[in-house]
Amino acid sequence: MSAQTLTEKPANSIVPDRLLPWVGSAAFILAVEIFARSGFISQQFFPAPSTMAITLVGQFASPRFWIAVWNTLWTWALSLAIAAVLGIAFGIVMGASKYLYAALRLIVEFLRPIPSVALIPAVILVIGVNFESKIFLAAFAAFWPVLIQTIYGMHDVEPVALDTARSFGIGPAQRLIRVAVPLALPFIATGIRVGSAVALIIVVTMEIVVGIPGLGELILVARQGANVEVAYALILASGLLGWGLNTLFALLEEKLLFWHPSFRKTAP
Amino acid sequence: MLRVESLSKSFGPVTAIGDITAEFPEGKFTCIVGPSGCGKTTLLKCLAGLLTPSGGQVLLDNEKVVKPPRKMALVFQDYSRSLFPWMTVRDNVAFPLRGRKSMHDAAKSQTVEKALRSVGLADAMDRYPWQLSGGMQQRTSIARAIAYQPQILLMDEPFASVDAQTRADLEDLMLAIKRDYGMTIVFVTHDIDESVYLGDRIVVLGSSPTTVKEVLEVGLSESRDQVSTKAHPEFLRLRGHVFNEIMHRTPTA
Amino acid sequence: MKSSRIILITLEIVTPLLLILAYALWAGPRGDFFFPSLDKILSTFWHDWLGGLVATDIVPSLYRTLAGFALAAVLAIALGIVLGLSRRARIATAPLVEFFRALPPPALLPLTILVLGVGDTAKIMLIALVCVFPILLNTIAGVAGLDPTLRDTARVYHISRADVLFRIIIPAALPAIFAGLRTSLSLAVIMMVISEFVAATNGIGFSIWQAKRLFDIPSMWAGIILLGIVGYTLNMILVGIESIVLRWHRGARAAAR
Repeated sequence: MSAQTLTEKPANSIVPDRLLPWVGSAAFILAVEIFARSGFISQQFFPAPSTMAITLVGQFASPRFWIAVWNTLWTWALSLAIAAVLGIAFGIVMGASKYLYAALRLIVEFLRPIPSVALIPAVILVIGVNFESKIFLAAFAAFWPVLIQTIYGMHDVEPVALDTARSFGIGPAQRLIRVAVPLALPFIATGIRVGSAVALIIVVTMEIVVGIPGLGELILVARQGANVEVAYALILASGLLGWGLNTLFALLEEKLLFWHPSFRKTAP
Repeated sequence: MLRVESLSKSFGPVTAIGDITAEFPEGKFTCIVGPSGCGKTTLLKCLAGLLTPSGGQVLLDNEKVVKPPRKMALVFQDYSRSLFPWMTVRDNVAFPLRGRKSMHDAAKSQTVEKALRSVGLADAMDRYPWQLSGGMQQRTSIARAIAYQPQILLMDEPFASVDAQTRADLEDLMLAIKRDYGMTIVFVTHDIDESVYLGDRIVVLGSSPTTVKEVLEVGLSESRDQVSTKAHPEFLRLRGHVFNEIMHRTPTA
Repeated sequence: MKSSRIILITLEIVTPLLLILAYALWAGPRGDFFFPSLDKILSTFWHDWLGGLVATDIVPSLYRTLAGFALAAVLAIALGIVLGLSRRARIATAPLVEFFRALPPPALLPLTILVLGVGDTAKIMLIALVCVFPILLNTIAGVAGLDPTLRDTARVYHISRADVLFRIIIPAALPAIFAGLRTSLSLAVIMMVISEFVAATNGIGFSIWQAKRLFDIPSMWAGIILLGIVGYTLNMILVGIESIVLRWHRGARAAAR
């Protein structure tokens, strides 16, 4: 028995750390496969992972699938872009001006926790069952996390940094652009990451609930046709999509923000 | 008695400790002093059983130390991270005593209050550590160690993060503890003056790969104070000697 | 600076009121079908929603949301502690947990309708399934992220294993756990709403959708406002609980700055 702490590397085991994620995932999938094929739950309700995978690959061959993925992706991207631009702009302004912040704070605090999905019926009614309503609501929903995180980032800026800049004779506009905003960037990045997830949720929700074209609509069609295998396969696809986007953002953040002292912060 | 024989410790390619052999006599206040980065904290963690040596061994009463021994307490350098913020000062000090079946609850509270009083925190018992100043937090950490009633007290640069006046108060507190409790104390510091002021013995470490350069006996009287002791010729001689040993890095024969 | 404080407080209170007034003035005379006047919305709100519909709609919706959320919290915190304590288990399960976290929750809705049906149990299970992941991830991070100095302190002072778990690891992880709970609660509300839009016979979401279909627009808007209030209130309650349980955390963080 030896004393070990976190500062030491553990003794070598059968599976090295590097391979452990793969082994773990493979073991899990294998376990699910055996469970599914055991007949405990009918394959009608829960097909084996291998069946899901094969169906998914089958989907890859159909152009309908890729059109749907594209529809989901471009509406997501556009709504996120709108939310980011507006959220950062409003966030910087509200973060920099205590009067504007005071004026709009209660409104923001009340609107924040409202589930944007609640607005789906109203949006459909007013804008219709089309891409515009998807983009509008997704942008609306993603706007809030970007705004909140940007404001928090602006408020978190070290006064010392700003004072240093002022002592060098740097004017308020330049102080804002060259000191405050860069220091707020990790928060802004977190806001965009959260907003990205929110936008994707809204986009997929509207596709599923109302049938606007996209990946979610394909899942809806599969449900209506009681096509369980296709439904599972498409859900896997949406998981892969979400996971891919998350990884993309994580990589971008790492590349762009490695210099910040407290890389990756969030507002409470 | 606590001692180390040919202790070495490496972290991968980095050798923190080269070869250290030293002993820490019972009841004595031994200071370990050396240049920055010479592995003082690593040595202390090996003594405490928190780290496994790469070579050599740590012996307590001729038994090898492989995990933290029960009769040892440790005061960490970073007090804010070793006190539990969700517990009051009193609860923090009492926490290690929870498992002690040999004491009744009444005896436990008495021990806790006595420890807190002897470090001067009688009025702060029901406050939270983060409500206190750095010096008071470190006193809490010391009170916790004392209440534990260890035979050996290890201290890892405990006053490095406090200001000079607070440090002087805390040093005098350590002298009082030495006088009142008589436990073996191993005190790691980078402050040469402090090591001479507090210690009965000084173990001087060299820079990487760390070895023991010298062990000195401190021949100052038992009653010391910040002003007259630090003007005493013997203090100045010792201090200068240690200073030269450390700062000029003369190669040992 | 007293005068600027007065200006700030005035701005805080007056601006939202002005906006509501602006809507009332804009919508009132228009007779717009999609944006009815404020008093129509408020009257349906008062009479219908806060009247008979409390029992038939608000209660079922709240029940589904809270039952699913509670179930998820219990499972996720328990599993999160287990995984958080074992470094290797964490590494082994990491890709899977990341994958399921990235999956957009609404995608699961058609599936659960197919497989589990449209009853309350199905909805609660869907909500629970979706809510597990944020809480799980945060619990794992909170447990695994225990300060090494605290861990060393526990070892030096021979703290018992039970005490280490219940008096060190869990309190230390609570801030992270609560953050996960907050995220999950808003997810629970979202999933409740959309499952009620699509496959329900009662509930706030169902009634809003009904109102839209029957072109009872004031009722639709009133329902949406109600949903906003429900979401806001649930969040406030959780935040309130958090501030009581984590009183020490706010103080410690403020002191550390």
